[in-house]
Amino acid sequence: MHTIDRKISPAFKTVEKIEMIKASEVRLNNKIPVYSINAGSQELIRIEFLFSAGMYQQEVPLQATTVNAMIEEGTSKLNASQIADMVDYYGAFLETGVSQDSASVVLYTLNKHLNATLPVLEQIIKNSVFPQQELDTHIRNKKQKFHVNNQKVAILARKRFTELLFGEKHPYGINVKETDFDAVNREMLNNFYSKYYRANSCKIILAGKVNDDVFTLLNNHFGGNDWVAQNDLGRKKIEIFSDSQHQHLVHKHDALQSAIRIGKIMFNKTHPDFQKFQFLNTVFGGYFGSRLMSNIREDKGYTYGIGSGLVSLKNSGYFFISTEVGVDVCKNAIDEIYFEMNRLREELVPQEELELVKNYLLGTFLRSVDGPFSMADRFKGIMEYDLDYDYFDKYIETIKGVSATELRDLANVYFDKNSMIELVVGKK
Amino acid sequence: MIKFKRFELENGLRIIVHQDKSTPLACLNILYDVGARDENPEQTGFAHLFEHLMFGGSVNIPSYDEPLQRVGGENNAFTTNDITNYYLTLPAENLETGFWLESDRMLSLAFSEKSLEVQRNVVIEEFKQRYLNQPYGDVWLLLRPMAYKVHPYLWDTIGKEISHIENAKIADVKNFFAKFYCPNNAIMVVAGNVELDEVKRLAEKYFASIPKGPDNKRNLPIEPFQTEARSLTVERDVPVDAIYKAYHMCSRYDKEYYTIDLISDVLSQGNSSRLHNTLIKSKKLFSDLHAYVMGDFDKGLFVVSGKLSKGVTMEEADNAIMEELEKLKSEFVSNNELTKVKNKVEATHVFGEVEVLNKATNLAVSELLGNADIINNEVGKYLSVTIEQIKEQANLIFRKENCSTLYYKSKNN
Repeated sequence: MHTIDRKISPAFKTVEKIEMIKASEVRLNNKIPVYSINAGSQELIRIEFLFSAGMYQQEVPLQATTVNAMIEEGTSKLNASQIADMVDYYGAFLETGVSQDSASVVLYTLNKHLNATLPVLEQIIKNSVFPQQELDTHIRNKKQKFHVNNQKVAILARKRFTELLFGEKHPYGINVKETDFDAVNREMLNNFYSKYYRANSCKIILAGKVNDDVFTLLNNHFGGNDWVAQNDLGRKKIEIFSDSQHQHLVHKHDALQSAIRIGKIMFNKTHPDFQKFQFLNTVFGGYFGSRLMSNIREDKGYTYGIGSGLVSLKNSGYFFISTEVGVDVCKNAIDEIYFEMNRLREELVPQEELELVKNYLLGTFLRSVDGPFSMADRFKGIMEYDLDYDYFDKYIETIKGVSATELRDLANVYFDKNSMIELVVGKK
Repeated sequence: MIKFKRFELENGLRIIVHQDKSTPLACLNILYDVGARDENPEQTGFAHLFEHLMFGGSVNIPSYDEPLQRVGGENNAFTTNDITNYYLTLPAENLETGFWLESDRMLSLAFSEKSLEVQRNVVIEEFKQRYLNQPYGDVWLLLRPMAYKVHPYLWDTIGKEISHIENAKIADVKNFFAKFYCPNNAIMVVAGNVELDEVKRLAEKYFASIPKGPDNKRNLPIEPFQTEARSLTVERDVPVDAIYKAYHMCSRYDKEYYTIDLISDVLSQGNSSRLHNTLIKSKKLFSDLHAYVMGDFDKGLFVVSGKLSKGVTMEEADNAIMEELEKLKSEFVSNNELTKVKNKVEATHVFGEVEVLNKATNLAVSELLGNADIINNEVGKYLSVTIEQIKEQANLIFRKENCSTLYYKSKNN
């Protein structure tokens, strides 16, 4: 056996080519677009129904989330326990979720049980009735959860922070209050459901083993004109009112740690600076080796974790820094955050770090398109913004091409301390 | 079916290779056979603190993360009461970098004082963030020492108390490393777009020269049978009362494990489960309620835990849970119900084969449990469980004198 020099790192290759299966599109008889990623070797499929029924569409707090969460709690033909029995019996999983801009109902099933599980999904999506008794239970339990969550500094901070950024009236900034739970009623749920959970607001994304049978079944259950609505789903743009005050504190007397959130309104994926800013954000706080982690966790030990991110929303976007730190080092941690921001405004990112982040991001992108579900998620991320697959080509070009000077210029435009909203929940 | 090949180096390192050509990635999962149960009772939290130190640089490589990120890789690790597991994924063509990094930290760490000092602070902040500054965060710090009197499961992976972490010295770190972080105490799984011959070559090149360590015969105190019901009531500044019931059960190695796992599914898997239908939906006694097995390697715990609805007393809640458990002792579950939970196990298993990293970790754990092939015949073991076995196990486990109950009360109520 020959000896090796363990001090020298092995040669490596930069990711050159990223293979990605693109979604193919067909339409059901009633024009619902069905996008599919046919990949993977297991006999399973994920069927995602996506509706324009997110927070942005709701008229009152909790409307979008309650409709979505209760969609499997009873239809005109099946009660909640029958629905649950049918889904569970075939080993399927039903997943519901609401984001700022959309709502989804997702079925995970083995292909061999698709025949048995799709009829249940059809019931839920077309004929939910939100029974009063189930609603009472749901609200009672959610209220309890709300009280528990209100003791967590991280959750309090997250809710208050978006309220400060967007304004309390804006659907992206809505900070739910206890009284909002009492105001939920069946009528507002039915209104929202019958307006937005409709064929003309629906898109279907398939991932996994997709064969022709799937399309036939989908057409049988969802391709009819019985659930096409004639209403106009457009909603006018709502103004954003960020808080004019720079610093905010929510005092919690018994806190051992304070949650810190710092950030500002930015833009979404369609903005020309978005991808370059994603790169800058990675250097700053977007991965384990970031400036924030290296300084505030790995050098000072102030926190278990710190990170930053750029959130893209259909009608806006925002930048945030997020961490929980010991109350005694809260002020120091905030100073260090601004110190790192300034460093990116004043100094060029060294070549070695720049190369590292380039390779890291290419590897991350490779991981993010691995497997049918991941590829479908990436597709969803462009489809929602009416972007094409060339968005990813540009992303790779941006990663490979971005220079230290460009990053410094970008930091000077966006990393302005005075433009940031700063929130501490706990003690300062 | 997950296909794999197995070989062993002379120093005792076991290596499992699983090829999956559908991914451009490779992953490397190294499991060390050491967990919180192997700690000195006066130095608890050490296995987990040590996991943090494994990222503080090794003998020839000052930083672990940086070179990995430079080749497009990413990594993480976790510590349980039984094991410490490290994993990384990277573009398959850069697999060698993974071997280089993992072998150097198995060879020896840098043992820097600065790294120890910083990671002590990081772990103390983790202790605060996840256990102390979190509603119900201290539940396991209370429940474990109630259920266990001698077995080291009596402390949590984070440790008994912050002072144990504060007092960690560099000499302790070195001893811990010498004892547990050696090739004969580890299992490595290499999975993804990899070739067996190349893995063999790299394993020889990087790992073969690492000396074998001591044989660690684990000789942990055996928990005596619990003979009377235990209970503890605490008051905390939380908004809602909660109850936790922990019953002793078999170990992960016993064949009964599969039966008991299915019992927890009957009670609590999905919205069609018994606890959900009866106690949350119909009787409205709880706002959330779960039953689960902890999955410990040694004799473990079956836990039922839930948050009480407003106005419900602890006694009512406790009795309602016991009533549901009694039903499993006196009546057979229906065949339909059993088929349902079995179908779920089967589907979950197939969905678990989608991600290569998930497969790699499961292969490593299976190998430690006795044979990597467990991953492939586990479903069969679940499918062979009968309604008679379920009733039998329910009768063995769900006895008052086998249970520790924690009443976690809201100060405001």
